[in-house]
Amino acid sequence: MPAARAPVPTPQPLQPQPQAQPWDDHWIEVILGNLLRTGVLISAAVVLWGASIYLFRHAHEPADYRVFRGEPSEFRTIHGVIQSVKDGRGRGLIQLGLLLLIATPIARVAFSIVGFAMEHDRMYVAFTLMVLAILLYSLLGSGLGV
Amino acid sequence: MRNSMTVLEFTAVVAIVSFVAGLLGSLTGLGGGVVLVPMLTIFFHVDIRYAIGASLVSVIATSSGAAASYVKEGFSNIRIGMFLEIATTFGALLGAFLATRIPTSALAIIFGAVLLYSAYLSRKPRPPAQRNLPPDPLATRLRLNGSFPDLEGERSYNVQHVPTGFSLMFGAGALSGLLGIGSGAVKVVAMDQAMRIPFKVSTTTSNFMIGVTAAASAGVYLSRGYVDPGLSMPVMLGVLAGSLLGSRILIKAETKSLRLVFSVVILVLGLQMLYNGFWGKI
Repeated sequence: MPAARAPVPTPQPLQPQPQAQPWDDHWIEVILGNLLRTGVLISAAVVLWGASIYLFRHAHEPADYRVFRGEPSEFRTIHGVIQSVKDGRGRGLIQLGLLLLIATPIARVAFSIVGFAMEHDRMYVAFTLMVLAILLYSLLGSGLGV
Repeated sequence: MRNSMTVLEFTAVVAIVSFVAGLLGSLTGLGGGVVLVPMLTIFFHVDIRYAIGASLVSVIATSSGAAASYVKEGFSNIRIGMFLEIATTFGALLGAFLATRIPTSALAIIFGAVLLYSAYLSRKPRPPAQRNLPPDPLATRLRLNGSFPDLEGERSYNVQHVPTGFSLMFGAGALSGLLGIGSGAVKVVAMDQAMRIPFKVSTTTSNFMIGVTAAASAGVYLSRGYVDPGLSMPVMLGVLAGSLLGSRILIKAETKSLRLVFSVVILVLGLQMLYNGFWGKI
């Protein structure tokens, strides 16, 4: 915030010091923040689009979520979701939007690897790869990718 | 609100409730996800597994949606976030697998306990910030120490008790995966009280981490059929819109009484969840 920049008698308070803090965290965070927001807005738009088809077709059917049945495979796997989008199904589109939403923070983690690598911070490249591996396992290894 | 509702009515009412939850959650800083699952199960008679799936998706949306505005403030510490995400994502994966195995009444009881704890924590005064702590060797090795712009210029901080914080974060991740919440309450304990990270840094960094943590369990939930498009759609859109509005109209004066009201709501929902869990109503 600009209010924090009171004239204090410190030498070069805001000058980017060459390689003092190797990764200027701020610019990369701004990119990451915008990446996240863009991802969320795109997925919300896809969900809305799907919602309008779904509501147009099913508005007057009874809504009942009391009994857990589990979703059919067309809404449980990436392949199934893509197929149901191709078939023009509203709920398939909603599910695609939700998949994009889940992918957004994963993209942020993947992008962070580039940032740490540019700074030659091997320790944090390794940490970030671990996080990415866990995320990809959850997304693809748990049966979603089938 | 029995099952006489049509899809259109159900969608509209759930969207409004989610909008209010997102708005209050963002204004009070207590998060909207924590009230959504009990509201959906208690008032809409939604099966708790569907409710958790929908809530988890909305948690990703709010965290990612708010990130851009948090980033502008420049307080978050990307290294603390990434390091602790190893613990939270691993915990979240474990929590999600656990959720598919334990009975729903147990889920309700754990959820109730977490709600009561969050209500207690939101009323407890924050411990005074300790400044000028000595650098911890492990935190230094992991490059977790940092600085942030304060009123008096750049203020630096030294992170403490890394193993304790890391373990607590694993627990926070597991709860997030188990219950489909951001588990901000546990994250606050880990970062503020154990690791002694300044409040401004811990809240913004924790927001960054919540989305990644939720994404780690979301894959499991989706593939197990817990994420219903018809239910998740109004929840996600409602919470997202509410929290985006909330982050724009942060009025400091009102926050205090709002926090009180919201923590009473959390308390009541927590008791109801415990009751439903113990008497097998879920």
